[in-house]
Amino acid sequence: MPGPSTGPSGPSTGPLREVAIVAFGQSDHVRSSAETSEVEMLMPVLHDVVSRTGLKAGDIDFTCSGSSDYLAGRAFSFTMALDGVGAWPPISESHVEMDGAWALYEAWVKLLTGEAETALVYAYGKSSPGDLREVLTRQLDPYYLAPLWPDSVALAALQAQALIDAGLTDQGALAGIAARSRTAAEANPHAQLRGAVPAGDPVVAPLRTGDCPPIGDGAAAVVLAAGDTARRLCDRPAWIRGLDHRIEAHALGVRDLTDSPSTRLAAERAGYFARPVDTAELHAPFTSQEVVLRRALALDGPDGAGVRINPSGGALAANPVMAAGLIRLGEAAARIQRGESDRALAHATSGPCLQQNLVAVLEGETR
Amino acid sequence: MSKEPVAVTGIGQTHHVAARRDVSIAGLVREAAGRALEDAQLTWADIDAVVIGKAPDFFEGVMMPELYLADALGAVGKPMLRVHTAGSVGGSTALVAANLVAARVHRTVLTLAFEKQSESNAMWGLSLPIPFQQPLLAGAGGFFAPHIRAYMRRTGAPDTIGSLVAYKDRRNALKNPYAHLHETGLTLEKVQASPMLWDPVRYSETCPSSDGACAMILTDRTGAARAPHPPAWVHGGAMRSEPTLFAGKDFVSPQAGKDCAADVYRQAGITDPRREIDAVEMYVPFSWYEPMWLENLGFAEEGEGWKLTESGVTELDGDLPVNPSGGVLSTNPIGASGMLRFAEAALQVRGRAGEHQVDGARRALGHAYGGGSQFFSMWLVGAEPPAV
Repeated sequence: MPGPSTGPSGPSTGPLREVAIVAFGQSDHVRSSAETSEVEMLMPVLHDVVSRTGLKAGDIDFTCSGSSDYLAGRAFSFTMALDGVGAWPPISESHVEMDGAWALYEAWVKLLTGEAETALVYAYGKSSPGDLREVLTRQLDPYYLAPLWPDSVALAALQAQALIDAGLTDQGALAGIAARSRTAAEANPHAQLRGAVPAGDPVVAPLRTGDCPPIGDGAAAVVLAAGDTARRLCDRPAWIRGLDHRIEAHALGVRDLTDSPSTRLAAERAGYFARPVDTAELHAPFTSQEVVLRRALALDGPDGAGVRINPSGGALAANPVMAAGLIRLGEAAARIQRGESDRALAHATSGPCLQQNLVAVLEGETR
Repeated sequence: MSKEPVAVTGIGQTHHVAARRDVSIAGLVREAAGRALEDAQLTWADIDAVVIGKAPDFFEGVMMPELYLADALGAVGKPMLRVHTAGSVGGSTALVAANLVAARVHRTVLTLAFEKQSESNAMWGLSLPIPFQQPLLAGAGGFFAPHIRAYMRRTGAPDTIGSLVAYKDRRNALKNPYAHLHETGLTLEKVQASPMLWDPVRYSETCPSSDGACAMILTDRTGAARAPHPPAWVHGGAMRSEPTLFAGKDFVSPQAGKDCAADVYRQAGITDPRREIDAVEMYVPFSWYEPMWLENLGFAEEGEGWKLTESGVTELDGDLPVNPSGGVLSTNPIGASGMLRFAEAALQVRGRAGEHQVDGARRALGHAYGGGSQFFSMWLVGAEPPAV
């Protein structure tokens, strides 16, 4: 099995444990869930995903979640969400203030140590109570950037314009990505936007309404299990063959926005380039960001021809902030479990203009 | 196969103060990280990954500040994880970092926790607005004072116990150059005469609000063999959580704390913590939490913790020194406070705690808690490598 981090700075010895995603569940993603609390949104998803494995909540060895206080508008918002888990008797539990994909990473490491056989990972985000574009400006450099309040769409538009200026895409190609994604989402009952939507007016040029993700609320959860436990809990586990994440500089001025070296490096470390995948779930909230990711992952080359990109519809069909990355891993795993994929890439991103990226390579056992 | 043993080879912290107006957030964290690298005699290039923790983002008004801190912490091109488990976060962050080494995903990891509380007002940041909570509480003290009163009623502990803890910790802090509060003229009488904030917690029995950061270098056996100074070895580490509120919850001695300690002792082969552990750095934001945690962590029978405090057992030269660094009562950059406990435990077994060194400390416990006495993280470190 290719390790997640071999090479000069890699581990000294030892095969890593086999760990798989054995179940995935998500809420319906909606523009506003004002009628339900985070706990109410989360609980059905948690019950669903745990029951798929036949486990009971108390059987889970480790729990890890991802969420953001800034979306909830209160400090320690994740402490209430814990009520959705039912942490009694007390549980071994942790939380990252990141997309749930990184919570999955923490749980994966926990399973690799051998301290746990199973893990529950969940993430949730309600964007509806606030103005998401304004909220996301608060994650920028507080001294030099945040005082200018550049919003997430404006920054993505800079990236899109850089791609167009470099001759790497055009508005027609971007509209094609939007149409493909939302057409694919017709088969996804949880998606917020299904079926073709008009390209619409420019939001921030060159990005039009159709190039932007819907703003919405949602939750997702997966169950991880190690080795034979995974085989027992699931007919066809989605084995995590490699998992790595990398971050880039924060200041946009020092980055080449048309490229994603952190995605490429994470993919290398995850063993992605060793042989082709058949599916790629990319966390690209804006159409232009899919162009950047395809370049970094060589999906436009000969190996990319047979790759199904975002069969779920991707973040352009549903983008619950803090959960959308975890959903990419869950969707890829679900396809493997259904026998629709044998080797899939799943990607998650965080920060402005794809600053931080995570790549997982998932495989089903040969049938 | 078994886990890779994890060693602490570098520890760094800032000189904690009420307001570091001379540095940015990036400057603050870089100061602690630089000192940890210097202690381990490593450079930024030797670090494989960065694991950072802090308490609520509202304390500085920056959402997910690790994104902006990637450059300052040399993380560009590397993995960077951000942990947030409320007040226990400093400890949890160290444990997440330790697992990266234990699982052999990385060899050398920088872990860091910080809070720059002068950027906002932590007390009101902790007072949740309507509709999340009834507007009855003013800060964490308002939340914890009733549980302290429950402890006093249950155990019949004399009213003066809290002041003994505060007086001890503030005197220990005089020996720690990094501590925030250096109250040279403090007397027990002054502690007992200080203003009442949340009955029975007086002003001098309350943690300060600090700006500060703490960093550690965690590495594998190969890294430890190259370290210039003796490492601390991780013998056990665990986290436990329980809900904030539920019928039957014991706020005085939460089950999650007992379970977490039991897990750590099991991993470390500790059967009699009172005898086998030489020093304890526990999270005591309000003085009375020392006797409460002494019981919760198994150092005293239920109802007996205050007797250890009263008889001087927890003094720096006592039989079981608690918070030789001066503890949270002397230094409290909230997000970093848990990691400071973990780091001070490691300093003790490395024999590098300076004037507040506990003679002959071979095994030390670092403890942190957060939320409504519901999140716990602990590690036990030793001067010798763990048996593999």
